[in-house]
Amino acid sequence: MNLTITGSGAVSPAGWGVAATMNALAKGERLNPYLLERITSGTSIQTPVLRVPAENATTPKFARLRRASPISKFAAAAVMEALSETRLAAIAAGELRVGVIFTLINGCVNYSNRFFGEALADPAMASPILFPETVFNAPSSHISAMIGSSSPNDSLIADSSGFFTGIDLAAEWIERGDVDACLIVASEEIDWLSAEGLCLYSKRYLPAEGAGAIYLEPGDGPIQLLHLPDPVSYAGRSRSDAARELRERLGVVDDGQTLLIDGRAGIARYDLAETSAWSDWKGPRWSPRTILGEAMGASAALQIISAVEALKSGSFGRVIVTTTGGNQHAAGLVLGTSLA
Amino acid sequence: MAYSSDSPFPRNPRSVVVTGAGIVSPMGRDWAENSAGFQAGRMALSPVTLFDVSRQRVGTAGQVDLPDAAPDLGISRKNWERMDRGTRLALLAAREALAEAGLSGGEMPIIIGTSAAAMPIGEEYFKQALAHPSRRHSQLQRVETYQAQRQMTDMARALGVHGPMRIVSNACASGANAIGHAFHLVRSGRAEIVLAGGYDALCQLVFAGFDALQALSPSGIPRPFDAARDGLALGEGAGFVIVESRISAKARGAKVIAEILGYGAATDVHHLTQPHPLGDAALVTMRAACTLANLAPEQINYINSHGTGTPLNDVAEGNAIQRWAGESVGEIKVSSTKSAIGHLLGGAGAVESVISLMALKGQFLPASLNVREADPVCTFDLVRAPRKARVQKVLTNSFGFGGANATLIFGEEETV
Repeated sequence: MNLTITGSGAVSPAGWGVAATMNALAKGERLNPYLLERITSGTSIQTPVLRVPAENATTPKFARLRRASPISKFAAAAVMEALSETRLAAIAAGELRVGVIFTLINGCVNYSNRFFGEALADPAMASPILFPETVFNAPSSHISAMIGSSSPNDSLIADSSGFFTGIDLAAEWIERGDVDACLIVASEEIDWLSAEGLCLYSKRYLPAEGAGAIYLEPGDGPIQLLHLPDPVSYAGRSRSDAARELRERLGVVDDGQTLLIDGRAGIARYDLAETSAWSDWKGPRWSPRTILGEAMGASAALQIISAVEALKSGSFGRVIVTTTGGNQHAAGLVLGTSLA
Repeated sequence: MAYSSDSPFPRNPRSVVVTGAGIVSPMGRDWAENSAGFQAGRMALSPVTLFDVSRQRVGTAGQVDLPDAAPDLGISRKNWERMDRGTRLALLAAREALAEAGLSGGEMPIIIGTSAAAMPIGEEYFKQALAHPSRRHSQLQRVETYQAQRQMTDMARALGVHGPMRIVSNACASGANAIGHAFHLVRSGRAEIVLAGGYDALCQLVFAGFDALQALSPSGIPRPFDAARDGLALGEGAGFVIVESRISAKARGAKVIAEILGYGAATDVHHLTQPHPLGDAALVTMRAACTLANLAPEQINYINSHGTGTPLNDVAEGNAIQRWAGESVGEIKVSSTKSAIGHLLGGAGAVESVISLMALKGQFLPASLNVREADPVCTFDLVRAPRKARVQKVLTNSFGFGGANATLIFGEEETV
């Protein structure tokens, strides 16, 4: 069965919408960080981060989102961009079964932080409104409710390979006939907990937030999913070996015309596996994380959305997207135009 | 599992069996201890000692007696100590499942359900970041080992299992979803053998959360399907199964525990934390699983219900069972084993799947304990004490926060 990506949506530190993200990537300059400050025990801890700008937010109006934390709002905006009014109407009419697969690493860290702080201070005063939003699948539940879909909905926890696993699962659901189409969503939000945590790996990391969503359906649309090999686990091999094996599984040749969009963040130590595996690549190559920051689970989604846009531009006939996750898998896929 | 546009999706469904099962619960640390406990109708709830509950409304839960040192698992003490409590539970159960199946690892997909994951490590990170913000000692390790995929990759390494991994986090349905995913992978021919299961350990944040929601039974005694039920008890544990094609099992001479006959999944969009009062999504998943299994409701001998003991859940599930079973509802035997071990959240669906396998193997029905007067919704046969019975087909329900609903059906091997 042929599968095609016919919708995409993005929220990133560059702004709300795919266009804002692509404009930032086209400029090729790292966005200006915001200084996240935490004052505790008389100490000021400052962490440079890339936040999603508040202005021009496109968060849909939906009752459940009023209490939700940014992760759900980013995801909802990306999903609504990836869908269309026609599809929403078809879901509402029961004519279109759309599954939701949500991938994430951190989840609702803002509310987890607040709720646990309250629970430690005085459990009797801990807010019952906050707790449900801390559950990993709360954002995906909001998405299904927002679009009115009772089709299957799965949340997957993973390193940055999660979005690829999500697409694989979506392909399975579509091919088996469980759903007519699938939204694959990744979203992350920033808070001092996660930002400081990421910077423990390297002070050069620039923690970021945002969301990406794609709409996958059967057919021969302009953007085709050509190949999505099994991700390569680190359980039996090093990250470097996994990255090399992934390249073999992708089975692509460097024809000078194929675009490689990799998962490197600009930190040599953590990029080493991917840099080494693709060291002889001569063709065009993008590294969106070096511009948009490290948005963890959402970064891979933004890579794939930039691949879709690169294909739409007509400049490339084929794009490879790869990520060498932090502690689980190396993953990748190949997208092409229907003419490729 | 890989997708390629020029490879056709396998179309001929295959028979899927369980060739290994492992369980760790408050009832015991393996199949034998758990089976004996459920057959005896024992309740395994106790005062919480893992963290401070002195200021909570409730102080009991189903707590596992977990060994401090690595039991004979072939891993170093250091690796055992790096694992969070949930991963240790998972490792013990997964190891038992592999051993039961006659496997010692290998290349196979792993699909795992969890809800809280390694939250206790996250809690420690949080506490240190607040108390000693400039003291970074051990904080990187906490950040790294807090991540579920890191913990599960370490577990896979310890088990010698090297395949791709999915971690499903659909709240309380996670474990059932994981086994359902594995069922479909094997049924469709995309995998021969899958290690699947679910786990969760007790942790302070989640305990406080359920307490804040006033979802915990103030008495500490959960009474699923009782007319005056007042909440659930939390628990911890892990359940794992080896999901395998019958062809593969036969080829390697593996003993078959049961057949997986059906699976259904759907989303209840009624409310983030409350089920649709009539159990609409539960009805969808029960019907879907039965359709796949080619079974009518009256052919199901026993339902291991989600049965949390909260007022809203039990009536919704009861309504769904009534609608699903129709006129045969009085013949359907139902119980909730959460009454004995508590609600294991992300591990519940997998642990209750293993308990369902025990019912098939042991030909008994585990009980809904502590019921004084059954809720009027119980027009089915509520099993209030363990009993011997002819059990050929078992259905197990799992419903979670966010509306994740899942149903699995297992069949006795001798009759399939």
